[in-house]
Amino acid sequence: MIKLNRRHFIGGAAAAASLPMLASRATAADPLKVGYIYVGPINDGGWNTAHEAGRQEMLKQFGDRVVSQYVENVAEGPDAERVLRDLYNQGNRLLYATSFGFMDSAVKVAQAFPDATVEMCTGFKPSSNNNLSNYNIRFHQARSVFGTMAAMLSKTGVGAYLATYPVPEVVSGINSFTLAARKVNPNFKTKVIWLNTWYDPAKEADGARALIDQGADVMTQHTDSPAAVQVCESKGVPTFGQGSDQSQFGPTMCKSSSLDLWGAFYTTRTGAVLDGTWKPEDTYWGMKEKALDTAPFVNVPDDVKAAAEKVKAGWIDGSYDVYAGPIKAQDGTVHGAEGSTLSDGDILGMNWLVEGVDGAMPS
Amino acid sequence: MSIDFLISVIITVVGASTPILFAGLGELVTEKSGVLNLGVEGMMLVGAIAGFATVDMTGNPWLAVVVAAAAGAAVSMIFAVLTLSLRANQVATGLALTIFGTGLSTLIGHGYTGRPIKPFTTLFPAALANDPIGRLFFSYSPLVYFSFIMVALVAWFLSRTRGGLILRAVGENDLSAHSIGYSVIGVRYGAVAFGGAMAGIGGAAFPLVLTPLWAEGLTGGRGWIAIALVVFAGWRPGRLLIGAYFFGLLGTLELYAKASGTVFTALLPSEGWAALPYVATVIALAIISASKAGGGNAPACLSKPFTPAA
Repeated sequence: MIKLNRRHFIGGAAAAASLPMLASRATAADPLKVGYIYVGPINDGGWNTAHEAGRQEMLKQFGDRVVSQYVENVAEGPDAERVLRDLYNQGNRLLYATSFGFMDSAVKVAQAFPDATVEMCTGFKPSSNNNLSNYNIRFHQARSVFGTMAAMLSKTGVGAYLATYPVPEVVSGINSFTLAARKVNPNFKTKVIWLNTWYDPAKEADGARALIDQGADVMTQHTDSPAAVQVCESKGVPTFGQGSDQSQFGPTMCKSSSLDLWGAFYTTRTGAVLDGTWKPEDTYWGMKEKALDTAPFVNVPDDVKAAAEKVKAGWIDGSYDVYAGPIKAQDGTVHGAEGSTLSDGDILGMNWLVEGVDGAMPS
Repeated sequence: MSIDFLISVIITVVGASTPILFAGLGELVTEKSGVLNLGVEGMMLVGAIAGFATVDMTGNPWLAVVVAAAAGAAVSMIFAVLTLSLRANQVATGLALTIFGTGLSTLIGHGYTGRPIKPFTTLFPAALANDPIGRLFFSYSPLVYFSFIMVALVAWFLSRTRGGLILRAVGENDLSAHSIGYSVIGVRYGAVAFGGAMAGIGGAAFPLVLTPLWAEGLTGGRGWIAIALVVFAGWRPGRLLIGAYFFGLLGTLELYAKASGTVFTALLPSEGWAALPYVATVIALAIISASKAGGGNAPACLSKPFTPAA
């Protein structure tokens, strides 16, 4: 008779607790477990809201075949790796990491678990296990629509861009906004503030106020919350929201918002994993693939609306490209050439600002 | 650098400093009675969601301020019972309160995101409030003016009334106060409740004045600044006012410097500007601690549980 003391009890309990781990063996009937990590809350009204909407759309498509869970407010950095590993250990074999700062963690996890599939949003590093892809949306297409509208709406010719971190996605957003605006008004300038955060409503609001006080009379943002939209509404400054339709926060001043439509992408890639046809290939969709759209234009004169629609149509049928031709950078160097346009690689790795941007790149 | 621009900066600074001023005042009174309540951030967040929810449901910002104060005070009572009646460690309980308050506000707030509310509008007529020079004095929301009144009230209460004297006595030497016959625990309960109420109002200032929406963690760590500010102020309300505006100025300066373009970013890297308010607070604390006058100003019984002699 084994004596029932604390040591034996703990040992028995540990053995009993580990039994479930021996049980699971994925069979064809088992649903695919998909894990998502978000950098902010799903109800931020911007970036993360859009990803969650995409996830829900994907779930509707696959019903019982997919089981999904998400973790929100995951800090970019080492903790992201912990969360991804935790998701893997809970059985998730397809992982979506939805923010740039998760890149190193996603690569590490992809290297560590060859049987997992990892999709990294707005990243650019590969994994030696061939189980990592990067996916992105051509956000600069929407930025160029807004830049066109901004130049037509601005009276002072000074616009503002509430930026976050100096990563290529943000830099190409600023450049695209400025270049498109300068096609309308060659002297248009863009003032930039680098907030060093994706999401801090009070700081975003103060940043917006600072930019407006500096003379900007039209704004756009790369931050995730609608705080800046509200400041613009209260000060009568036209602005453009990002990620999801933020017009409810600025009924008269938020002229449009970029709409990130991740649903089609998540459905496609999850479907590929389910079929067994998934291959590591980077996805870079835009308006043509219906991954990006703009919220309906409100409160703008008809000619502004027409110009914006023209730019959108141009992206879809290929007749408009904001990065075509030679582009002059802030420091004078010329990128691109007459008759050609910047390659995807150039855009995804962009680390220089165009002429007309008032604000240096932080190192 | 025009006058107009300067006035705009001042207005933004005032807005940014008001929440920490409220929270700091509450914490000052709490600490003067000998209780160290580190849960300011949690109480501010609870006040913020309470205020936001009230405006969302009733549209009345004044009621929202009252509800926010009540919510902050209610949450602080959890802390009070644990530390004053059950004599738990004040530092640990305060930290637990922060975590609890943050989580509670997130839980309650989950259904409230994506809903804008109407913030406070200024009390003064539009002619004064929008006038280029007049707006420096008249364009603020009522909470800002209320914060100045509270600073004066607290200063007067602490130094000129009997109640304030009792509060300070309880904080300096609780055993003597007890032997004279004052209820040490009772006074401390009241001080903690006041601190909670003020922190609640400070938190409500975020959705009611600064950013009329709800987002998780809306206060962004300002509660911790308020705690540091009380030490920075040497437990004196007048110095607290200066400190709150000093911190608000530094935080705002960072954004205006960045917006002005390349000149300022050459002076200091972007991250340096972001760290400036915190660095400056640390430097100020060091200077104050070094000088004899300000250094030894802490209430003598701060964070010590009250154990009456058997």
